[in-house]
This record gives sequence, structure tokens and C-alpha cells, in this order.
Amino acid sequence: MTEPLLKLNAVCKSFGTTDVLSDVSLEVRAGEVLCLLGDNGAGKSTLIKILSGFHEPSSGTMEAGGKKVCFKSPRDASSHGIATVHQFGGTFPLMSIGRSFFVGAEPLKGLWPLRRFDRKLANSIAVREMQALGITRITDGDRLVGGLSGGERQALAIGRAVHFGANVLILDEPTAALGVKEAAHVLRLIMQARQKGIAVVLVTHNVTHAMTVGDHFAVLIRGALAADFHKGERTREEITDLMAGGEAMAELEAEIEAYQLAHHGHTPEPAELERLTHDPSGP
Amino acid sequence: MAVQAPAAPAPARPLVSGASVRNLIRRPETGALIGTVSVFVFFAIFGGQQFLSSGGTASWLNVAAELGIIAIPVGLLMIAGELDLSVGSVLASSSMTLAIVSGHYGAPMIIGIGAAIALGLLTGFLNGVLVTATNVPSFVVTLATNFGLAGLTLGFSRVITGTTSVAIEPGSPDKELFGTLLADKFEVAVFWWIGVAVVVGWMLHVSRFGNWIFAVGGDTVSARATGISVRNVKIGLFMGSALGAALVGVIQTILYNSAQVANGQSFVFNSIIAVVIGGVLLTGGYGSVVGVVLGTLTFAIVQQGIYYTGWESDWASFILGILLLAAVLMNNTFRRMALSSSTKKKA
Repeated sequence: MTEPLLKLNAVCKSFGTTDVLSDVSLEVRAGEVLCLLGDNGAGKSTLIKILSGFHEPSSGTMEAGGKKVCFKSPRDASSHGIATVHQFGGTFPLMSIGRSFFVGAEPLKGLWPLRRFDRKLANSIAVREMQALGITRITDGDRLVGGLSGGERQALAIGRAVHFGANVLILDEPTAALGVKEAAHVLRLIMQARQKGIAVVLVTHNVTHAMTVGDHFAVLIRGALAADFHKGERTREEITDLMAGGEAMAELEAEIEAYQLAHHGHTPEPAELERLTHDPSGP
Repeated sequence: MAVQAPAAPAPARPLVSGASVRNLIRRPETGALIGTVSVFVFFAIFGGQQFLSSGGTASWLNVAAELGIIAIPVGLLMIAGELDLSVGSVLASSSMTLAIVSGHYGAPMIIGIGAAIALGLLTGFLNGVLVTATNVPSFVVTLATNFGLAGLTLGFSRVITGTTSVAIEPGSPDKELFGTLLADKFEVAVFWWIGVAVVVGWMLHVSRFGNWIFAVGGDTVSARATGISVRNVKIGLFMGSALGAALVGVIQTILYNSAQVANGQSFVFNSIIAVVIGGVLLTGGYGSVVGVVLGTLTFAIVQQGIYYTGWESDWASFILGILLLAAVLMNNTFRRMALSSSTKKKA
């Protein structure tokens, strides 16, 4: 196998006395979709903030392209080709599409005292990149980003990352706020990015979405890497179990089963189920 | 407001004929333009010939010019998501610095003006550093600077000159450059205002820096993630608003041949009112220099126009209050329309 684009060796992160991540080792490879799964508070966000340079690990090392690196800022990470797209696309609702596409890397024209933002070029590139990702209804780069749908914003952000030569694309819950169709579109965008040889790190707690596009899965539980496996090595149920902390779900299932035995095969009423899940012996 | 009605059906109209209207309502200054035209027409009717005469025009244009020189950079700062309440004391301290250095001590004017501008820039720099380093809201930081600097200005003025008002006799090029009345009515400040509007307008809407300002105000975290130095942008903008205030301090001192420690405090809220009437979003990320210029004009027309109606001038503040509220509501409507007109357009 080729050299991983990004490698974490025993990375730990603590804020004050709270350990958020302990001993996480991971490899991110080109042309592969790595799904980062876990319940809320499992440390997914912290892990991607370390990958994208917002936090530095408390201990452990990171390697990019086989060389040891230390990201002091998001800028360091992006200079290593790592781009992060947040849930809402990380874009600016009241800026035009062309302007927000090029924030921080504006194309300029003209000579020095009169060097200016090349709006036409910015708009045409932004529109072209979005159309390449299948957003064909956008033809005017002067439109405000706030008028785009959630999936279109993701496309804008992904198109931006790809345009600026990202080789690792981190997507933080890209489908969480989207409807079914929009989510499917974003998953298609992920496949497109993978086909271009980009490594995608997909953070999600939607197992179906993860199973659809993922090649490699990592499950975090309370800051520790609970499982690290490849496509086809686990079933959907096993993954769901893992994400929910495993035993918590299993316990609930056992309780329902016991209930069914005691009640002649009837499943519990919603109110009854509520009582079961809030049982003090439960999670 | 009745004036708004013709623009309202625009988003629902078919694609082709609605395009230009849509482009218009997408601009942040559309609401401000309606405001300026409305108040102008209102006072032209009720103020009569006096208001429309060159004397009447000069009275609101002079007010607008001085306010505008401060409001434009303050507007820029507000687009970046910060407030500057210290412009009042910056104006007073720069004004006193010039009068003390060149009037009391008799140093050359150029040194006095340089010291006044430098003091303004230093205050702006301190504001910027304090806001970015401590993450204390700029509202509080600049409020504190405003009080602190007012105290320092008063204290030093008394210690050095023994009074709170210092006279100065500006000589030839300086008087013409900063403080003459053209045609006996129009302040030179009007040209400074136009200059500031052109330079800052270029900076915000045409240069690369402008894009950073919008980005910082729109979403600071994302802006930082793209590699923009949010800190430097903000410090630069705080220095800009202080520079505007210091410039007006210099202009007033040279125009009136004296400086007073209590000058300028009215600019603190007036500049914010002008900026908000001009369509700048208080939370940042949206606005335009043309809008701020129009907002400043609206403010000045209302403040001065009332004298020409023959009504009690006491009502001016009441009208301004109503206007501010109406402007914010109207700007919100226009902003919503700008956003929704994008979604409704189906390919």
C-alpha cells in the first residue's frame, strides 16, 4: 500500500484535567473515504480539529506524507492540503458565491496601487466548480450564499477545497441538517472527490450514509478508538452497536426481549419503552 | 412604507424581467436610498425654499460631511462585526492635541496635525489590540477607551494650559486645506468626505482587503480557517475609525480656531445611527459604503431640515428615533428579499 497522506500516532488531547482523546492512532489514505463514527461527545470534533490545525495534540505525533508535522494553525494544515468543511459549509451567508469561494485567496488584476479583486474571474470559476459538482441551477456568481440550499453550500465548500488543491478533505457532519435527496447529493459529491484521489474524512453519526460511501471506518467511544476496520468487515448492526456504546443498545434489546417473553410476544408501548430506557440500571 | 410596494413583487416575477429589479434589491443600499429620498422630499415640501436654497443645502451637507468622515470607517468596522464608541474622545483628544502643540506651544502646524493624527491612530491600535487579545466585546472596550481618553484629555489640558478651551491661529495652507468655507457656506470637509468615501469604497468593494472585511464579519471562525489574519484586519479597522475621528478633530479645530475638551461626544451614537440607517448589519458581514453615505445624508437632512419647517427643533430627535427603527426594519426586509430571490429562481 502507498504511504498514508496523514497519520496519527498515539495522539492524546486533554483540556485542563479532562481527557478528550486518548491514544488515537489512525491512517488516512488517498482515494479512500474514512468514516469517523461515534456518539455525541465521543471526541470526533476534537479529533478533526487536531487534523485541521485548530488544536495541537497534548501528546503523540502526526505525519503528513511520511514526514512528521506539527500544525500550529489552520493555515499550517491547509498548506499541507488539508481542508475542512463544516456542517453548514463554513461559508458566509451574506457574501456572493464568487466572493466567498475565494476568501483568503482572492484573484487580483491590475497594477499595484490599483490592484483589485477580479470579480468576473472569481464568479466564473466558482460557478464552473459548482457546476462540475452537479449544481447546474447556479449560473450567477453574484448571488448570495445564504440563498443556497444546505447541499449546495456543501458543494460550494467542497468545490472550493478541490479547486485549491486539497488532498485531504474533512467533512464535519455534512448530511446532518439535510433532507434525504440533498444528503444523497452530498454523498455523491464525496464519491466524486474520492475518484479524484482525494482522501475524505467523513464525520457522521448516520450509519447508513457511512456504509454507503465508506471504505474505512473508525469508531470513537469516550475519546478512545474502539474499532478500526475496512468495508465489509462488520455488519450494519455491529457498527450501530459500537456507536451507541455497544452494551447500552444490547441492554435495551435484552430488556425488550424480556418484556416480550413476559407479555406474550407484545412489544412494549411507547410509554413503557420510555420507562425501560430510563431505567436506572440502564445507560 | 408605501414607497416599498413597487419592489415587493419582484421575487415572484418571471426570470427575465425581474432580473434587474432583483439585482437592485440585492444591494444593501437600496433601503438607504429610499430613506434619503423620502426625507429629502419630506423636508423639501415642509421646509420650502429656505431648505432648498444653497444655505439650506450647506447646513445639512456640512453636518453630513463631518459625520460622514467618521461614519464611513465606523461602518467598515461594523461590517467586520465590531463597534467603536471611542470616536468621541478620539476627536476631542486630537483636537486638543493640535491646539496645545500648535496653539499653546506655537509649534508648526504640521507637527500639531501629525501629533493629533498619531494620537488617534495609537488609540485605534490600542482598541484593536485590546479587543483581539482579550475577546472582550468591542462595545465594552471602546466604551472604556472613550471614558479613559476623555479623562486624560481633560486632565492634561488643565495641567498644561489651565483651561479646557485652547485657541489656535492656523496659517495659510492649513486653513484652506482643512477649515475654510467655500462660497462662504460649504466646509472643505465636504471634499474630505468625498475623498474618504472614494478611498474606503475602493477598499471595501474592489480591493482584496474588502473581501476579508466581509469574511471576518460574516463568520470569524471560517475566515480564520481560510488563513485570514482576523487580528490584523480588526486592528487595521479600529485604526481606520480612529483616523477618521482624528481627522474631523483637526478639521474642527482649524475651522473654529479653537479646541474644546467636550467636543465630539455626539459623534459616538450619531455615527452608529448613520451606519445603521445606511443598511449595515449590526452583527456584521453586510453593508456598503454608498449605503453609509446615504445613511449619513438622511441623518443630516433630518437633523438640519427640522429648522426649516418652522416646527420646534425638539422634534428632530424623535424623528431620528422613528427613522432608525424604520430603517432597520426596512433593511431587514430588503436583506430577506435579497436572500429569497436567490432560492426562488429555478433553472
